[in-house]
Amino acid sequence: MTAVDTAPPTAAPDDAAARLAAARSGLRVDRRRRRVRTSVVTSVLAVVAVALVVTALMLGDFPLAFRQVVDVLTGGGDDIARLVVVEFRGPRLVLAVLVGVALGVSGALFQSVLANPLASPDIIGVSQGASAAAVAALLLGGLTGLALSASALAGGLAVGLFLYAVAWRGGLAGHRFVLSGIGVAYACASVIGYVLTRSDVQEAQAALLWMTGSVAQADWPLVRLLGSTLAVLLPLVALVARPLQVLLLGDQQARALGLRPELVRAVVLGLGIALACAATAAAGPVAFVAFTAAPVARRLVGDGGLALVPSALVGLVLVLGADVVAQHVLPADMGVPVGVVTGAIGGPYLIWLMATLRARPA
Amino acid sequence: MTLTTDKTADATTEHASAETIHALAAGLEGERHEPVRLAAHGLHLAYDKRTVVHGVDLEVPPGAVTVIVGANGCGKSTLLRGLGRILKPAGGHVELDGRDIARQRPRDVARLLGLLPQQPLAPEGITVADLVARGRHPHQGAFRRHGAGDAEAVAQALALTDTHELAGRRVEELSGGQRQRVWVAMMLAQDPRIMLLDEPTTYLDIAHQVDVLDLLTELNRTRGTTVVMVLHELALAARYADHLVVMHEGRLFRAGPPAEVLDADCVREAFGLEARVVPDPVTGSPLVVPVGRHQRRA
Repeated sequence: MTAVDTAPPTAAPDDAAARLAAARSGLRVDRRRRRVRTSVVTSVLAVVAVALVVTALMLGDFPLAFRQVVDVLTGGGDDIARLVVVEFRGPRLVLAVLVGVALGVSGALFQSVLANPLASPDIIGVSQGASAAAVAALLLGGLTGLALSASALAGGLAVGLFLYAVAWRGGLAGHRFVLSGIGVAYACASVIGYVLTRSDVQEAQAALLWMTGSVAQADWPLVRLLGSTLAVLLPLVALVARPLQVLLLGDQQARALGLRPELVRAVVLGLGIALACAATAAAGPVAFVAFTAAPVARRLVGDGGLALVPSALVGLVLVLGADVVAQHVLPADMGVPVGVVTGAIGGPYLIWLMATLRARPA
Repeated sequence: MTLTTDKTADATTEHASAETIHALAAGLEGERHEPVRLAAHGLHLAYDKRTVVHGVDLEVPPGAVTVIVGANGCGKSTLLRGLGRILKPAGGHVELDGRDIARQRPRDVARLLGLLPQQPLAPEGITVADLVARGRHPHQGAFRRHGAGDAEAVAQALALTDTHELAGRRVEELSGGQRQRVWVAMMLAQDPRIMLLDEPTTYLDIAHQVDVLDLLTELNRTRGTTVVMVLHELALAARYADHLVVMHEGRLFRAGPPAEVLDADCVREAFGLEARVVPDPVTGSPLVVPVGRHQRRA
């Protein structure tokens, strides 16, 4: 009301007041509606995630009852149940969760900053670069464990830097970044093919398993490593979320609103690459999770925002759900890695995305 | 203060009266603006290697409305982008408040200077309220959230631009005219002392064109906001400009009060058009009447 009280005394203040009141209530209603929808989506995803976690801990060669799992999780339970949950199933479960979160957020960052649904680390060669480096390290260098993860990290980062250099022309051209990335992905695939055909079948089999993306090899040190990496990266993501939201308005608007678009873009892409590489280094390139998570989350939230938390949750649900399916739904002797299942979901998803893509209004 | 719902249907098309706009503009948060100086010195602007603006010297009169006109491709939009530091100078520099704009913090500049590009982008699915609120970005810190002052500035921006009934709508569902007014609202929410606008009346019907220009004039008169805009429509340019800048082939061709600048010679040389310039029957400002090839009176 203070705004209107200073207005000159004509008939107009009434109209001005009515307009302001309408604007204020419109803003409130819109804010509340968006907030409610985001919290509903986030809560539903969180409930699904918790249900999956409990299910994953119950199932296996030594089945546990719901009660037993809950007891262990709340700090109680008998020794056998504790052993099964903490030592046997825990690492694999937590790795799946962390990989899902990292890939979901990474995909959301890439797709929003490059304004392209195809811009995802598993499409534009970052994951493939990590794979090629890891496979070469495994088969040519005989590296395993952390050294293998480190090579994967280096491979993915190298691809990211290369793409940045190629796509830079006084500014980053998003489409050039994406298209060059698809080329790099193929080049990496051919490196992988070459190394594999030169290797002994047994070793190639191990490399192949890694390349499909698997969380079966998880142990606590690996989980701790990925966990602490994410503990550094995710708070940084939260810091760039606001500038990134302004960058979605385009470079001109972003600059007019006081942003340095190139700086924000470089930081966001750096974080996206680091997250994708960390996940790939730990579990191999789990296909299509980074690619699918953010668009699904955004459709659920539907307000044109970044939807980072929902994207992380969708990624989590995808990887964990796919791992549960791979372990317990498919025949037990198959030992299918999680990447096979996510890949089987991702292909049809891409087709669905293209078929239902809304035409952009002029 | 009760809001009647039966009015809401018409309200989006119902234009605010001059008094209403005045009441709203006078009630805007904050003080009357101290005018800020903006000037280009020997400004060269280029895309890649192609130079579009060749050494322009321009003092934007503080607290006035400046309109830039010129033929297609004469560099007027480019000049505006250069003034708004969207485009880095290939030579020369732009001064804001007496200091090189390129050496100032982007956020500080954004509090003084706003720019509405010709074709701004809206993320898919974004609502009007959300979009306009992003105009507040330069006033918010990395950790400071959207506060009550921000919400009030957004509400005033919506009320001033006739978009107060559209807050919850998705931007992509709006008509071209509504969308344009939403973009103007976003810049009002930014609340800069200098507003640069690249053809703010595109997509608008004649009534809404006049509305937007009246609104900018009102902000200029009541708050001292400096306005610099590119316009195509010469009649409107001459009517609303305090200071008219005519660009021709990347150079400043003429500048001054419209009545002194706009004559038949100027139109012939800058636009390659035969025209008569007569006094506007409403305001007395110069009115350019084109002489077509086929419509000459015998």
